[in-house]
Amino acid sequence: MAGVSRIGPAAGTVDAVVVGAGHSGLAMSHALAAHGVDHVVLERGEIANAWRHERWDSLRLLTPNWQTRLPGYRYTGGDPDGYMTATEVADFVAGYARHVSAPVRTGTAVTSLAAEGGGYVVQTERSVWRCRAAVLASGAHGVPVVPEIGAHLPATVRTLTANEYRNPSQLDSGRVLVVGASATGLQLADELCRSGRPVTIAVGEHIRMPRLYRGRDIQWWLEATGILDERYDEVDDIVRARRVPSPQLVGSPDRRTLDLNALLEQGVEVVGRLVGIDGTLLKFSGSLANHCAMADLKLNRLLDRIDGWCARLRVDDTVAAPERFAPTRVPAPPRLTLDVAKHRVATIIWATGLRPDFSWLKAPVLDHKGRLRHDGGVAAPGLYALGLNFMRRRRSSYIHGAEDDVRELAAELLRHLRGTTREAATA
Amino acid sequence: MNITAIKADNGVNVEALLGARAALTATPEAARFAWRATCEWVRGTHSRTTVQNFYGLGAEQTRPQAFRYDADHPELFAAEDNGATPVEYVLVALASCLTAGIASVAQNRNIQLRSVKATLEAGMDMQGILGIDSEVRNGFDGIRVTFAIDADATREEIAALVAQSQRRSAVFDIVTNPTNVAVEVA
Repeated sequence: MAGVSRIGPAAGTVDAVVVGAGHSGLAMSHALAAHGVDHVVLERGEIANAWRHERWDSLRLLTPNWQTRLPGYRYTGGDPDGYMTATEVADFVAGYARHVSAPVRTGTAVTSLAAEGGGYVVQTERSVWRCRAAVLASGAHGVPVVPEIGAHLPATVRTLTANEYRNPSQLDSGRVLVVGASATGLQLADELCRSGRPVTIAVGEHIRMPRLYRGRDIQWWLEATGILDERYDEVDDIVRARRVPSPQLVGSPDRRTLDLNALLEQGVEVVGRLVGIDGTLLKFSGSLANHCAMADLKLNRLLDRIDGWCARLRVDDTVAAPERFAPTRVPAPPRLTLDVAKHRVATIIWATGLRPDFSWLKAPVLDHKGRLRHDGGVAAPGLYALGLNFMRRRRSSYIHGAEDDVRELAAELLRHLRGTTREAATA
Repeated sequence: MNITAIKADNGVNVEALLGARAALTATPEAARFAWRATCEWVRGTHSRTTVQNFYGLGAEQTRPQAFRYDADHPELFAAEDNGATPVEYVLVALASCLTAGIASVAQNRNIQLRSVKATLEAGMDMQGILGIDSEVRNGFDGIRVTFAIDADATREEIAALVAQSQRRSAVFDIVTNPTNVAVEVA
């Protein structure tokens, strides 16, 4: 590793290439270094690039500071129950890169990764790397998913994806339609409503969670009860589990709960999923009541599970009493259409999710919808992914999810290296 | 909770359905189905619709028997009342789709059903179809479905069954979301 410099076109042959210097790529680098694996981390921008440049200004982590940890590194500040801002996360990850002395080449965008001669060839704009193993750690949230309807909107409506949105001042003062009810959709609807704009939010399937339950952060419960450790090969339907949107949470200093009821209270209009457009008329699904009922039922099953855990471990006395939250107050009847001209809809924000960008991946590991085919992060012999939704366990996509996944996949990678030789791979 | 080995029997072959799901995941083209109906005018507002064949699994599928449905309007509309009204057939379709879904989901979740009864009501302002007020739509202004279910399950489990059956229902999707309709003259 001493020979790897941070600048310059020098390239060549290494045992492993890690694509992406976010938290998971760096954690993998740390594990590889510990095992003496010669490797390089290629980063398109700077360390923790997405946190630094592709998130909105007010975003904070959905997980509390005490949970923000990486192998051999953790938050040590004075506010363990608080939530890091995006910049603080970027600083935290950059601190980790220094802490583990990761061999990162910043400003080095990978343009292709292909299988060749039993190994992999990784091409960047200026260099070529050959390796026996490659790790895809470029993030689960690379490119926005925009529904096809987006192509048919009247030109008078401005559209923004969640990764283009920064703050309310970017927007005209007219009505905003936020499409999507994950953490992102709710946070943006909340912020835009507070900025004085009329806001409508289109809601499909969603995950409702209180910020605090029985006096503790919901993330504490998810961790303590083992829910975050559920493995990909244990759940009934992993395809579906991987599609589940992020829970409706906000990391705010006052640790408030942000759900549809909170938005309704503020005057946000709640409608069903955006399903069609006819001229200037947007059409929403009549399934809002069922989507809210499903989320309420699922929330109560989670709370039942937490309460059951407390009873079994006889810790009921050490935490606050159980509670149940009011069902989602579905408007009766919800609006089914919205005329963007008549109701002066100025902006539509697509909070419809982000997916990984694997457009540069030339190995035959993508399915017909362009999604990575993998078994717990193993895409092919010597090819591994990190940080994807529910990749090996429910916590895989969280910062604190890197530790277990990296330990197991680094072991896989080492086994693979032992079974191959550098000569065979690069012949 | 796998504390019981008792297997519910709602008469749904879940293994076959799960097998079909796995097979169609592997061959998406076989998953493309086409449903068909033919309708002949009888007299007045009375018509008779026949369904028999459909397309699926990459081939024409035939049934041994054709099903016939008479549709008409009640005498109140100066018609002969030879069958349910077309809008009532929409309720038939929605109720039977949700009910089939409940039975399937219950089977998959090992919940024994004893009785499932759905009661449906759909409101309609006749000023729409009669062209009295152009602001009023022709169709329903809403549909209310009430399920009474007796099963070996908690109230929450039953609510989850009903929710999941909506989530997976074709007719629920058809009535809650827009669908392009092309009507041509042959």
